[in-house]
Amino acid sequence: MHVSLTVNGQRAVTDVEPRTLLVHLLREELGLTGTHVGCDTSYCGACTVILDGKTVKSCTMLAVQAQGAEVTTIEGLAANGDLHPVQEGFWERHGLQCGFCTPGMIMSAVGLLSENGSPSEGEIRHGLEGNLCRCTGYHNIVRAVEYAAAKMRGEEPPAPEWEEGSA
Amino acid sequence: MGGGFGVSTTSVLGGVVKRREDPALIRGTGLYVDDLQLPGMLHVAFVRSPYAHARVVSVDASDAEAMDGVRAVYTAADVAHLGDLVTQVAVGKLRPLLAGDKVNHLGEAVAMVVADSRYGARDAADAVDVEYDPLDPVIDLKEAASDAALVHEDMESNVLLAWEGGPWGDEEAIAATQQTIADAKGRDDTVSVSIEAVNQRLLPMPMEPRSVVADWNVGYGRFTVHSSTQIAHALAGGIAQTFGLSLTDVRCIAPEVGGGFGCKLNVYNDEILVCFASQQLGRPVKFTETRRDAAGSTIHGRGWVATATITGTADGQILGYELDGIADMGAYSQNFTVAIPFLGLFVGAGQYTFPTHWKVACVHTHTMTTDAYRGAGRPEAAYYLERAIDAFAREIGVDPAEVRRKNFIPADSFPGAATHIGFPMDTGDYETNLDALLETAGYEDLKAERDRLRAEGRLVGLGLATYVEVCGFGPSALVDLGFSWAAYKIPSGFSGSGLVRVQADGTASVIIGTGPTGQGHQTTWAQIVSNQLGIPVENIRVSHGDTAESPLGIGTFGSRSAAVDGSATYEAANKVRAKAADLAAHLLEASADDIVFADGGAHVAGSPDQQVSWSDIATLAYQPHRLPEGMEGGLEAHAVFSPGNATWPFGSHLALVEVDGDTGDVKLLRYIAMDDCGNVINPMIVDGQIHGGLAQGIGQAMFEDGDYEADGNLLKWSFVEYPLPTSADLPSFELHRTVTPTDINPLGVKGIGEAGTIGSAQTVVNAVVDALSPLGVTHVDMPLRPKRVWAAIQAAKTNGSVS
Repeated sequence: MHVSLTVNGQRAVTDVEPRTLLVHLLREELGLTGTHVGCDTSYCGACTVILDGKTVKSCTMLAVQAQGAEVTTIEGLAANGDLHPVQEGFWERHGLQCGFCTPGMIMSAVGLLSENGSPSEGEIRHGLEGNLCRCTGYHNIVRAVEYAAAKMRGEEPPAPEWEEGSA
Repeated sequence: MGGGFGVSTTSVLGGVVKRREDPALIRGTGLYVDDLQLPGMLHVAFVRSPYAHARVVSVDASDAEAMDGVRAVYTAADVAHLGDLVTQVAVGKLRPLLAGDKVNHLGEAVAMVVADSRYGARDAADAVDVEYDPLDPVIDLKEAASDAALVHEDMESNVLLAWEGGPWGDEEAIAATQQTIADAKGRDDTVSVSIEAVNQRLLPMPMEPRSVVADWNVGYGRFTVHSSTQIAHALAGGIAQTFGLSLTDVRCIAPEVGGGFGCKLNVYNDEILVCFASQQLGRPVKFTETRRDAAGSTIHGRGWVATATITGTADGQILGYELDGIADMGAYSQNFTVAIPFLGLFVGAGQYTFPTHWKVACVHTHTMTTDAYRGAGRPEAAYYLERAIDAFAREIGVDPAEVRRKNFIPADSFPGAATHIGFPMDTGDYETNLDALLETAGYEDLKAERDRLRAEGRLVGLGLATYVEVCGFGPSALVDLGFSWAAYKIPSGFSGSGLVRVQADGTASVIIGTGPTGQGHQTTWAQIVSNQLGIPVENIRVSHGDTAESPLGIGTFGSRSAAVDGSATYEAANKVRAKAADLAAHLLEASADDIVFADGGAHVAGSPDQQVSWSDIATLAYQPHRLPEGMEGGLEAHAVFSPGNATWPFGSHLALVEVDGDTGDVKLLRYIAMDDCGNVINPMIVDGQIHGGLAQGIGQAMFEDGDYEADGNLLKWSFVEYPLPTSADLPSFELHRTVTPTDINPLGVKGIGEAGTIGSAQTVVNAVVDALSPLGVTHVDMPLRPKRVWAAIQAAKTNGSVS
């Protein structure tokens, strides 16, 4: 089937099997491998992208359902090459280890902050509940989102937790 | 600063450096195996057994083979000449590459389908018609240990061996220890407390499913294999061994690996089988697990039942500890399998002095293989020991901290302290660590707060546990205990290596034999080299995971990489430094002894204004005609490090929980950890390792359950049935540390990858049992999901222990 959509500002037109999942269109047809597949059951959130302004799990959506949509993937998040504050927060606050869940986690955090610019720790934790991470225990993911939220509000981010004497 | 580092030219050891690997990962440009698309690449799907135990009557692949885009369907007969899966510790039944006339666990691969597309391969797998004759499975561990029915009809017993100590291997001494404990039990001033507990099976579940791409080049006669493995060198050796090739004919590359936690510390049958298919079909072949594949066919962890008994006096002096257990090996032995409980035996008596008799039998069942999962044997050992001590403390009414303190190996026993099996320990100061936790946490205040809330009728509990871990493996002499890795063409897997090369522009390339699965090696190793050479971290690039370029190293597991391969890299950097001093001395017309490395270059002591840069030094190294007589060109060094011992980190953890008496829901309110992993290279990374380790230990305590049903079914096919902790389930963790450097490696580091997991499950369970103790509850098996906790509350109420 014919499908046309906009991905990271670029028009993409391709033919796919009707059953092709959006995530496989992104990864295998368009070569955007930053969006990952972690579970096949829409539970882990590694495949999260932003579609028409809302976060969606691209492993649970057919490519043809994205007909005409505007999709942003992790590769499209850094505007003009500058890191998005959420990406910066993940780097600054050690919000990732193996990095596999990270693109989806970052996209979900972007979605969360677009709805609530000043989330409490509890709101961050509930907001990211649909994205699993096996490495970080979420501790530093929460710190990363707090960092990004402050930056996006134009405020100084909370100080890091690192101990005295850090280089 | 972490303190204790010898040579230091800058302050990058012990300090936070932002991770060098992150820019690619946060932009989505990191390469994981499944991202790879090679020209002409084919895809694999497996036909897997829906039964735990059955005869395979027939496999009819004719419909599948007739489908468009299907290139081949292979069954056991096609790969029989390759033998069983190459296995390091070859005790027990080894895994056939594909099941032949019998399947022995749910999810065992019966046939492999190769097709043009990912979807096409799965369609064809569904079209393969396998006729089974189901048999009764052996699932229950006690039943398996009784040999009432055999898992493998050609074996005499389901019991492969029992690990017993200590001291280990000395039967007379073991008997004497048993007598000592029996005598203690016979005294009328002692109390014995037993806990029978399940340490349930867990599914490792890294977020990246395993993936492998094999590409046989018939012209070169060589495999190039990308795999999401923790052990690229062992995989290369295992493939070489299986196909009768030399190590130069197999190149394995582990690019970004999305978590491993031990489950990627195995050579898998699918890795061998895609190589076979690529060789047969002359095309690159990819297999990527579905999550369902990962649940049923990637190794599992834990899976023990045991009874733990503490005997001691009313004042808290423990006179004996006994553990009698059975550990589930699954149907087939893979890489470590039977060796996992052996790791538990090392720390069976923890950091305590009391006589210990520890025995765990390893049995086959009709389930997936168990092997290394974060902690691997040590969490199980610590769980039983610390649950039993807690129960004993409760029974005699002495504070659990006091009981532990009374029985610790004293700090002044080091050097010279040894475990209950007679294995020497490096350094330790357990009482200082415990006291630091209690003081930092405000233990007395927490107890008072718990008692106040308890008086209001709330089920609040405080749980304490301490641990000692053995890791940083280890002496290459472990080869003499049977851990040779020879099956993977690696004569000893327990040394580490590093190669440091200063390039002509003054930047450094560091190539290491180990490789990370998220631990930040590119950053930590850059810090180690930067510290020795004074080259800024941003000018150092660390490579790993490509067996064609990296020196032999076995991989990241057992919290060993920094201690072993990090130390090797430290020594390689020192060799480079020594040569660079000669080169700088030549440039500055001075003696090498007077050269000081600072500010990204070198100068003569006392003359910092006359500085030569690393580029100047390296340029000379690569212009051999300018070198002094007798000096070789180039500026690089390789070092191998084999530590004289493993390392022994330790710590103390405290959890505060509240249980909802109406629903059984457990809320983890606070988690406070005081860990000691020796020197700390990057506190940010070390804390991150503890966070993740805690989440996995807490996951076992509260959520995760990989046990099979009695009929051998595994109803854990997705994250719905196998819930990992989510962000909403966990609190922020409160981390602290004491620093007791090890003396067995030059960095003084012990390892931190597994400590959080080893210390945490029993801490949470102790807290929940404490919360329920006013009702008379003395034990609840993990995971502490609401239904189970609620049932325990109801049972206690029915028994009429307390209102």
